[in-house]
Formats: sequence, structure tokens, C-alpha cells
Amino acid sequence: MSKIHHHIPEPMLAAYAAGTLPHVFEVVVATHISLCAQCRAGLEAHETAGGVVLEATNAAALSDDLKADVLALLDIDMPEPPAPKGSGIFPAPVMAALKNRPPRWKSLGFGVRQSILEHGSEGSLRLLHIPPGRAVPDHGHNGIEMTLVLQGSFADETGAFGVGDLEVAGDELEHTPIAGEGEPCICLAATDAPLRFTTMIPRLLQPLFRI
Amino acid sequence: MAPPRPLRKEKDAVAPERDLSEQTRLMLAVRDSCDRQAFARLFDFYAPRLKGFVMRGGADAAQAEEIVQDVMLTIWRKADQFDPTRAQVSGWIYQITRNRQIDMIRRVSRAMPEELKHEDEHDPDPGQILALEQETGKLKQALGKLKPEQRQMIEKAYLGELTHQEIHAETGLPLGTIKSRIRLGLERLRHELKGLREP
Repeated sequence: MSKIHHHIPEPMLAAYAAGTLPHVFEVVVATHISLCAQCRAGLEAHETAGGVVLEATNAAALSDDLKADVLALLDIDMPEPPAPKGSGIFPAPVMAALKNRPPRWKSLGFGVRQSILEHGSEGSLRLLHIPPGRAVPDHGHNGIEMTLVLQGSFADETGAFGVGDLEVAGDELEHTPIAGEGEPCICLAATDAPLRFTTMIPRLLQPLFRI
Repeated sequence: MAPPRPLRKEKDAVAPERDLSEQTRLMLAVRDSCDRQAFARLFDFYAPRLKGFVMRGGADAAQAEEIVQDVMLTIWRKADQFDPTRAQVSGWIYQITRNRQIDMIRRVSRAMPEELKHEDEHDPDPGQILALEQETGKLKQALGKLKPEQRQMIEKAYLGELTHQEIHAETGLPLGTIKSRIRLGLERLRHELKGLREP
């Protein structure tokens, strides 16, 4: 089993615990944690700290009947929706974002495919499928990009990324990730900036189109 | 050199009923025997703090009580998910509370990591539970010793008032030892984590 070398940056883990990450990043962080014991322990440590803050909060007086109301509701069965389950290479948070359906791949040319999971003012979330040796499509470098490998691998100037590894890139990083040999590289990619283009053009084609 | 400490059997070293915090004992009674009295005492301890916590986040009294009610009922219904080797009652409740608050504010519900199943939950390691409590005690002390403005930043971060860009890597809290402790709790589940890769 491969080892994870690239983890969630600490401020993002704290923000995830506190629930302030944009949803598209939240899905990537939750997916990484599904694969990584170190970051799960980190998350649970932040939750412990959150609990310390909660316990130190000044108590507020409750309405007289709140306790009785809650105790009376203990017997009422409220079936919870079943927790999402992972399937194949997709951990539970990805399956939840896919609404438990298989990805709907759309070709971007040269064997590169994408399946958009979310696309809105808060950012975008998609799956990318890149054949070995091909370049990973760019988001257009606005804001922050998070890329998590679910199958295969990619490498760029900053290092090599295998299954479970997470790359967080800001505006300043000019990089050209290339999918590794072997299996096609499947990544979960999120950006908090609105997409520049409605159809993604693989980085390979960008010089042709001068974009 | 310090003389070796007298050896004590692990089982004798910790008597869970006596040494664990009251909250942990009450929560285990809720989890293991659906103990209503224990739940009522947890309510007395946590519900007023929860209301204060949620109101600090901007909710009015009525909204806050609605959240308190939902959170307390979730504690009862999902008690089987409480794992004292990985979480303090307060941390577990914190997570449930933030989920509920976020789900009420946002259109999309919060993305959650895949849940871990544990089969040996009724055979907890009391030493590990106690060690995590002690580490949390140190964390509490550390928070109390911070300068007021630093403490305020941490409170704001965990209340959900700061973005990830506003949270600094250095929080000033000793989370490293807690992480190591929780890792041990996760190790216990290792056989369940077939898909989990080790860093």
C-alpha cells in the first residue's frame, strides 16, 4: 500500500473542523481524511480543542420546558438517512458528491475526461481522468486549487503525488502536472474561483489557443 | 537515575468507574445501556453551555434552543458512535453542533469523512481513554494561559468566525500530543481500515 506524503495544511484542517471551508474544498478534505489516519487524528484533535472552547463557554439559561421536551422525544424513532458509503476508488464523500451515481465523463480531447460535480459561485468541484503521460488540465489559476489523487499518480515541479496525496496550489504556483505511467490518473479537483471557461481546455492545448 | 516505578497490571492501574471524568462515564452509560438518568445529567451540564455557544455564533435564543434540542437528541440517537479512545464528550458534541449549525445555514450539507466502524467498542482500553482525558486537561490549561487576544483568536476560529486564510498555522495550542493519542485510538481500528493508507 502506498504511503501518503502530502497532507492537509493545518489551517485548512482547523477550518474544516470549524466548518468554515467552502463546500468544494470540504469535499476534498473529507475525502483525504477518509484515506489518511494522520489527518483524521488531526481533525479529531481540532474537534477536541473545539470541545474545550465549548465547555469553557458561559452557560445560558434554558427555557423551563426544554429539558422535558427533549426527554419526551427520546422514544420517538427518527430514522437517520444511511451514511454514504465509498465505492471502488471513490471514498464516501465523493460518492455523496456524485449522488451515488457513476461519474458522467465528458471528453476534453486527447483522452482527458472530466465529470463536473459542482459548479457555482462558491467554486467548482470535478473529477479528472488523465491518461498516462498527459498533462492535467488547468483551472485557469484563480484563487486556490486542491487536487487529490484517487487512482494512478501525477508529478510536477513540486513533487510526486500518489493515491491519497493532496496538492494545494495558490496563484503563485506555476506548475505543469503530468500523469504518471501505469493506470490513468483520476483526481478530485476543486477551486474556489469561478471557472474561467465553461469547457476546460487541457493545458497541452493552451499554447495553441494562446490562453 | 530515577528508580523504576513499581509495575502495575494495566487492568489494576485504571478503574474506569472511578478515574474517568463524570462526562465520559455518563456518556458511556448512555451508549452502553441507554441510561436516561445519565442522559438527563449530560443535558444539565451541556445544554446551557451549548446554548451559550450557539448564541455567541449569532443565533437568537429561540434558534439556539432549537439547535440545542437537535444536538441533544443526536447525542442520544448516535451514542453508539461515541469512541472515548478518540474523542472527549465535549469534542464529539462540538462536532455534532457545528454540523447542525452548518446544515441550518447552508443549502448543501457538510461533507463528512467516511465513518469508521468499530466492532470492539464494548472493550475499550481504559488506559487510552484516561490518557486522552489527561491530554485534554493539559489543552484546557494551555488555553487558560494564553494571552487574552490569542485566546480570543482561538475561540473565534472554533466558533467558525475565521476563514482558513485567517487561521494561522501556529495556534499556540499543544495539539501534537493529542494527535498522537488519537492515532493510537485509530490504530485499534486498523483492521477495519482496509482502504486507509498509512502516511
